[in-house]
Amino acid sequence: MTNNPNVLVKITNAGIQKSGKWLVKDVNLEIHRGKIVTIIGPNGSGKSTTAKIVLGLHKKIEGNVQTFTKKISYVPQKVSIDWTLPIRVLDFMVLTEDLKPQEINDALNLTGVDHLISRNLRDLSGGEFQRVLLARAIAKKPELLVLDEPVQGVDFAGEVALYGLIKKISETLNCGILLISHDLHVVMSATDYVVCLNGHVCCSGTPVDVARDKHYKELFGDKSSQLLSIYEHDHDHVHTADGDIVKNNV
Amino acid sequence: MFDDFLFRALIAGIGIALVTGPLGCFVVWRRLSFFGDTLAHSALLGVLLSVAFDLNISLTIFTVSSMIALLLLRLQKTTNLPSDALLGLLSHSSLAVGLVILGFLSFIRFDIMGVLFGDILSVNVNDLLAIWIGGAIILLVLWFIWKPLFASTVNYELAEAEGMHPERVNAIFTILLAALIAISIKMVGLLLITGMLIIPTTMARNLSNNPKQMVILSIIGGLLSVFIGLYTSFEINTSSGPTIVVVALILFILSLIGIKKRNYG
Repeated sequence: MTNNPNVLVKITNAGIQKSGKWLVKDVNLEIHRGKIVTIIGPNGSGKSTTAKIVLGLHKKIEGNVQTFTKKISYVPQKVSIDWTLPIRVLDFMVLTEDLKPQEINDALNLTGVDHLISRNLRDLSGGEFQRVLLARAIAKKPELLVLDEPVQGVDFAGEVALYGLIKKISETLNCGILLISHDLHVVMSATDYVVCLNGHVCCSGTPVDVARDKHYKELFGDKSSQLLSIYEHDHDHVHTADGDIVKNNV
Repeated sequence: MFDDFLFRALIAGIGIALVTGPLGCFVVWRRLSFFGDTLAHSALLGVLLSVAFDLNISLTIFTVSSMIALLLLRLQKTTNLPSDALLGLLSHSSLAVGLVILGFLSFIRFDIMGVLFGDILSVNVNDLLAIWIGGAIILLVLWFIWKPLFASTVNYELAEAEGMHPERVNAIFTILLAALIAISIKMVGLLLITGMLIIPTTMARNLSNNPKQMVILSIIGGLLSVFIGLYTSFEINTSSGPTIVVVALILFILSLIGIKKRNYG
């Protein structure tokens, strides 16, 4: 599989322990050009940790991570700007790469925040800030785009539009996207491959395969196959305080 | 012209203000003011070693301060102690070791006050060369690492994910700070150098809305402090180093008027 030129990242049996507890374990996943991989799972299931493993931010990991691109953009789950640092949207857009004014404007325009270009980052609302983060990430035309809950704080209509935009970007830039979300319902339509995570991979496959998977139904409840489900979390197993997995019926 | 002590002091002060402006911004943005103090305290050890073994003073301070800085980075990785505790540990141990060594050097005539508070008026032509050549190198290196350093200041993980090598540029930046302290200790003194780094920069923050503007205003604040401070210390016969810092403080207070209008943006 590694000979496939479309593979951007391949992680094999990856896991990470912190103070003797597994944060995530045995994750296998490939990200291909032009495809969107979505990781879903409850809070604390290791979604962000997996994204950081993909990005090489965790050093002491088990397993193997192979990265075949250097053109990477990252939207972290949380970015906080210190008051001592005066920084405008314009300054933030060129944080890791120099861009032409046209490229900056186009990207901000795509996420609907071009009017905020000279505003200070600290003055933006949560939703506006997320749109700026996304604009910066796509402006540098990456080959691999890692988005950790990119639409948090964005209103519902904006959320649907931004997922549509993410889908469009993966096609126009032909870039691989790793998307982390717990907004299961909206994400399903804009994704090629889904990984359900809960400390380990519960199930994975195409959205249709996953929706039919019994583990997925167990994880998210039967109604989830109707896609617009109320979030439910139901398990065949429980997690002990130290992260071990214990089957219910054992 | 270089025979005139006041003129030499002015040239030295301009050179230092040009470097403390941009470095000071990163010190404030990255919350490193206590780190600056630690490096400055370790400079006493450097001064004393240079006196004891008859070494070049700037190079010795630079070596000792860089080693303390790299030791700190290492300790941060290998121990679980919080950074401020590690800084206190290094800061006061190097100060104490320096003072103990000073006790052994009783046979040498040594002006401790000059090291603590600086003696800008004793600056000679060699010191000027150290400040301007050293300062030029510091600014040049800073220019090269500006983008990755700034990116890792805004968000470390984002910078690392996008290939900016934050760990490497952080190490380079701490060495630049050590170099600044080495060239400026004779003039500003180890107790006041952090003041030169921080005070004009905090003034600049009150008046700016983007990073470049803050750097420029911080340099201007430093230059004004040097000009007015030197002139005042000459006129009213006070120590030059502290007078420069007091002027910087007054500029900061004036800048608070600017911040009121901005209402803490």
